[in-house]
Amino acid sequence: MKIVDVVGTAFRNAFRSRLRTSLTVLAIFIGAFTLSLTNGLGTGVNQYLDDTVASVGVDDVLTVTKTNEEAPTDDGPAEYDPNQIEADGPPGSTTTALTDDDIDTIADVDGVLSVDPAKSVMVDYVQHDDGTKYQLSVAEFVPGMRVELASGSQVDLDAADPELVLPETYLEPLELGSAADAVGQTVALAVTDATGEQVTTDATIVGVAEPAVITMGGAIPNDVLTTTLYDLQTSGAPEAETTRYAQASVSFDPAGGEDAAQALKDRLEDAGYTASTLEDQLGTLTAVIDGIVLVLNGFAVIALIAAGIGIVNTLFMAVQERTREVGLMKAMGLSSGRVFSLFSIEAVVIGLVGSAVGVLGAIGVGQLVNGVSGDLLADLPGLTLIAFDPVSVATVVLSVMAIAFVAGTLPALRAARQDPISSLRYE
Amino acid sequence: MREAADVASPLLSVSNLHKTYGSGSNAFEALKGLDLDIAEGESIAIIGKSGSGKSTLMHLLALLDRPTSGTITLDGKDTSRLSAKQLNQTRNSTFGFVFQQFFLNAQASVLDNVTLPLKIAGVSRRERHARGMAALTQLELDDKAGNKANDLSGGQKQRVVIARALINQPRVIFADEPTGNLDTATGAVVEDILFDLNRRQGINLVVVTHDEDLASRCDRSVYIRDGLLAVREEVAA
Ligand SMILES: Nc1ncnc2c1ncn2[C@@H]1O[C@H](COP(=O)(O)OP(=O)(O)OP(=O)(O)O)[C@@H](O)[C@H]1O
Ligand SMILES: [Mg+2]
Repeated sequence: MKIVDVVGTAFRNAFRSRLRTSLTVLAIFIGAFTLSLTNGLGTGVNQYLDDTVASVGVDDVLTVTKTNEEAPTDDGPAEYDPNQIEADGPPGSTTTALTDDDIDTIADVDGVLSVDPAKSVMVDYVQHDDGTKYQLSVAEFVPGMRVELASGSQVDLDAADPELVLPETYLEPLELGSAADAVGQTVALAVTDATGEQVTTDATIVGVAEPAVITMGGAIPNDVLTTTLYDLQTSGAPEAETTRYAQASVSFDPAGGEDAAQALKDRLEDAGYTASTLEDQLGTLTAVIDGIVLVLNGFAVIALIAAGIGIVNTLFMAVQERTREVGLMKAMGLSSGRVFSLFSIEAVVIGLVGSAVGVLGAIGVGQLVNGVSGDLLADLPGLTLIAFDPVSVATVVLSVMAIAFVAGTLPALRAARQDPISSLRYE
Repeated sequence: MREAADVASPLLSVSNLHKTYGSGSNAFEALKGLDLDIAEGESIAIIGKSGSGKSTLMHLLALLDRPTSGTITLDGKDTSRLSAKQLNQTRNSTFGFVFQQFFLNAQASVLDNVTLPLKIAGVSRRERHARGMAALTQLELDDKAGNKANDLSGGQKQRVVIARALINQPRVIFADEPTGNLDTATGAVVEDILFDLNRRQGINLVVVTHDEDLASRCDRSVYIRDGLLAVREEVAA
């Protein structure tokens, strides 16, 4: 018997008892559907995180903070450190500040190309043409940061003039017109200096940013603007105040790969600093999501195993039903191997149909959910809650087929072992 | 008969054939040391009471079952030495079968039923179709090719079975009670077809039957009683 005939016959046999096959297919459908959906959820969320990292476009920057030796432990309260300042993170969390000495030390660490202390700037308001004043946050400075633009270009880090990328949401309140119109216009930014006086400076809009989670709706300044604002803000303050930074950005050569980056982190660690990439920071989140998806997948796999037992049952019935047919075919010279193939491929066909329908169903439902979640999770623009990548879809289909094959071996073996005469005598 | 067997070496030859079903206290000896030669081109009837071991003998001759002891030679070769593959090949292309029941796949088309041995042999779809239609035409069933096997009359079904038996141009057709399920008139038609094949194409016939009339149309009849060939052997007219 030719392979095409074996497959064709198995395919037809699978649908000879339509109701029975449909019920088994339904069981597989449920498993495959759930598995695809949970997988899709993991893919969607992780893809979003990856895109977020990618949209920042920074793979050659480490965020460095001073390792806090007296980090609060369960042993009791930590001793007060005058160099401790407010840190990124949950409100109230502090970190030991980096001083200019620290910056120099970091710059001397082997592999560090440049160090930029993070100058955190508090802008009071933004104003255009003496219009209404609006609050504006300035995004934490990450060199090389890129955002999705509605118009214009990214800020030029080396530009001599102050530039910024403004979020799209400011266009209308500031009466800047369309995104294209806004590019090239000038806005005034105000900060309060150390003496309590409010001072303003001008900056040119070079780009308009689409909403994205990483900038949290803030504006992105270039180096010159940050420095200008920081200097205005700190003028009149004692020098000890102006040279304390919560963190610094260290750029390095990413060509060395993961190992080189890790070695650099270790060297910084030895020098008394904690370094992490943006990926490290999001990595924990990814791990948590992967964990949740794994547990959900576990449930789906249990459903699939139950469905596999359904296949065993279905095929045993089919073998029983076709005892005489199998006997006849063997009497006519069909080999046991071919009989085995006939039944195991029939099982695989049932698996294939169930998983294909399940995956398609999941993709359909995924589209619906994405439509709804787009409205519900408007704060997370660009998030596709349930995404399907071809590899994981193929993995689901193939592993269901593998489960089906394994499930089919027992009945197929029984059919293959049948002796033609007793099968023909079977009533 | 003697002359025929002596002239050419027999197609099938059986010696001291034993077949025991079951074991221990349940053991039943269906064949008890049977000898038989079947010459090339011969039609032979195996007659005997129900339960005498006719089907058992036919299944052994057709290599569907293995004897408990004794040898079966085909073309002078000991068949117990055949590999599983050679055995399948022989069943598929040397033998054609008409069993006591029709054994048709009720839901499949008449054509598909007829061409099953070709499908098993690995013949291409196109050639299967052509040869299947030719066989059906030979048995005047070509207009039923697309029908479900289930929808045919008993006589038509038996003709489909015969078409299936001869589709691979076998050298021997084994027929177990080919007319047992048919009325006299239809049975006669089926008999005509079988003997016609024997005469025109030289296909050996091994027919198991209760029916003395059918047996008398064969070249030779052998009687089985209690698992042995009865002495009463005769050459038909
Ligand atoms: N698988 C088996 N196990 C035990 N006994 C068997 C088996 N097959 C056949 N027999 C016995 O062997 C004997 C011969 O059976 P067989 O089928 O050859 O008879 P038969 O001559 O073809 O009868 P009939 O004319 O009714 O078809 C019977 O007594 C039957 O009960
Ligand atoms: Mg019988």
